[in-house]
Amino acid sequence: MPENVNVFEDDFWSINEKLNELLKNTNALSVLLIDKAGQLITTAGDISQLDTTSFASLSAADFAATSQLAMLVGEKEFATLFHQGEKQNIYVASIEARVMLAVVFDQRTTLGLVRVRVKQTVAELIKLFQAIFSKLEGGPESGGQSQSPLGSDFASEAESELDNLFK
Amino acid sequence: MSLINYSSREINCKVVYYGCGLCGKTTNIKYIYSKVAPDAKGKLISLATELDRTLFFDFMPLDLGSIKGFKTRFHLYTVPGQVFYNASRKLILKGVDGVVFVADSQVERLDANMESIANLQENLAENGFNIETIPFVIQYNKRDLPNIASVDEMRAQLNKWGVPDFEAVAHQGYGVFETLKEVAKKVLKNLG
Repeated sequence: MPENVNVFEDDFWSINEKLNELLKNTNALSVLLIDKAGQLITTAGDISQLDTTSFASLSAADFAATSQLAMLVGEKEFATLFHQGEKQNIYVASIEARVMLAVVFDQRTTLGLVRVRVKQTVAELIKLFQAIFSKLEGGPESGGQSQSPLGSDFASEAESELDNLFK
Repeated sequence: MSLINYSSREINCKVVYYGCGLCGKTTNIKYIYSKVAPDAKGKLISLATELDRTLFFDFMPLDLGSIKGFKTRFHLYTVPGQVFYNASRKLILKGVDGVVFVADSQVERLDANMESIANLQENLAENGFNIETIPFVIQYNKRDLPNIASVDEMRAQLNKWGVPDFEAVAHQGYGVFETLKEVAKKVLKNLG
C-alpha cells in the first residue's frame, strides 16, 4: 500500500486522541467530527443512542444555514452554535473551512466548560488539519482522491455491487 | 468531495437530486427508500412544509456493501425546487459527488426545467464544480402524463452535454433505479 495511507492513519489516530481528551475534559456524552458536506469523520464517547448519519447531515445543514444568516447581518460566519434542550444540549464549532466539531452533553457538565475546552481542541485540530491539507496538496496530484489506493479494479467491482443492490 | 476514511475503511459519497419545483425529486428518493432492503438504508429525513413541499432537503443514506474492503455508502439529497429557495440549494451542493437533474416532462414546465438547469450550472460553479466534468445524469420524469414533450425535444433543450439520460415515471418506480445506478457508477468510477 502506498505510504500516504499510513500517514492518513496516523493523522486519524491523532485526531481521535484529541477528541477523546476533549470528551474526558468536558465530561460530555459524545463528540463528533463532521465534514461540512454532512459526512461523519469520526466520533468519541457513547453514540449508541445516536443516529450519527442523520446527526452529521443535519448538523452540517444547520451550520451551513447559520453561516448564511451570519452573512446576512454582515458577519463572515458564526463560529459556534448552541442548542439547548431539557436534558441534552449540542455545541457545534467550526474547524477551518471544511470540518466542524459537535459536542453532545447533559447536566453533568456546563456550557462554559464545554466552550472553553472546545476552543482549545479546535485550535489543536486546526493545526492537525492544516498539516493534512498541505500533505494532500503536496502530493503527486492535488486533491488527494487521485492518490487513493482503491486500485484500478475498484470501478468494476463497484459496478457489480450496484447490480446486486438494484436487482 | 467524497470522504474516504482509510482507518474505518469507509467511503461516503454525496448525490444530489436537482430540478424545478414539483418535478419529482422527493418522489425518486421515497421510491428508492421504499424498495431498498432495511439493512441497506438509514433513516429518511424530510425537512418539508406541512403541505409536503421540500423546505430544505430530503436525505437518505444508502449502503452499497463492501467494495474492496471499503464499506461504501451513498448519501442521497434532494434540493427544494421552488425558485425562491436558491440559498438552500446552493448549500446542499456543497461537497457534492454526483448530480441527477430531474426534469418535468410536461410541455408547460419546459421553461421551468431550463431555468432550473441553468441555476444548477451556476450553483455548481459557485461551489467550485464544473457541470461538464462532475458525474451528472438527467431524468425525464412524468412520462405517463398526457401533455408531455418528446424526449428528443427535451434532450435538445436540456442535455447539451450529452450526458446519460433516462425516461421515468418516478411514482411507479419506472426509471428510478436506472437513473440512480448510472450516477452511482459515474461517481465510483471517479474514485477508482
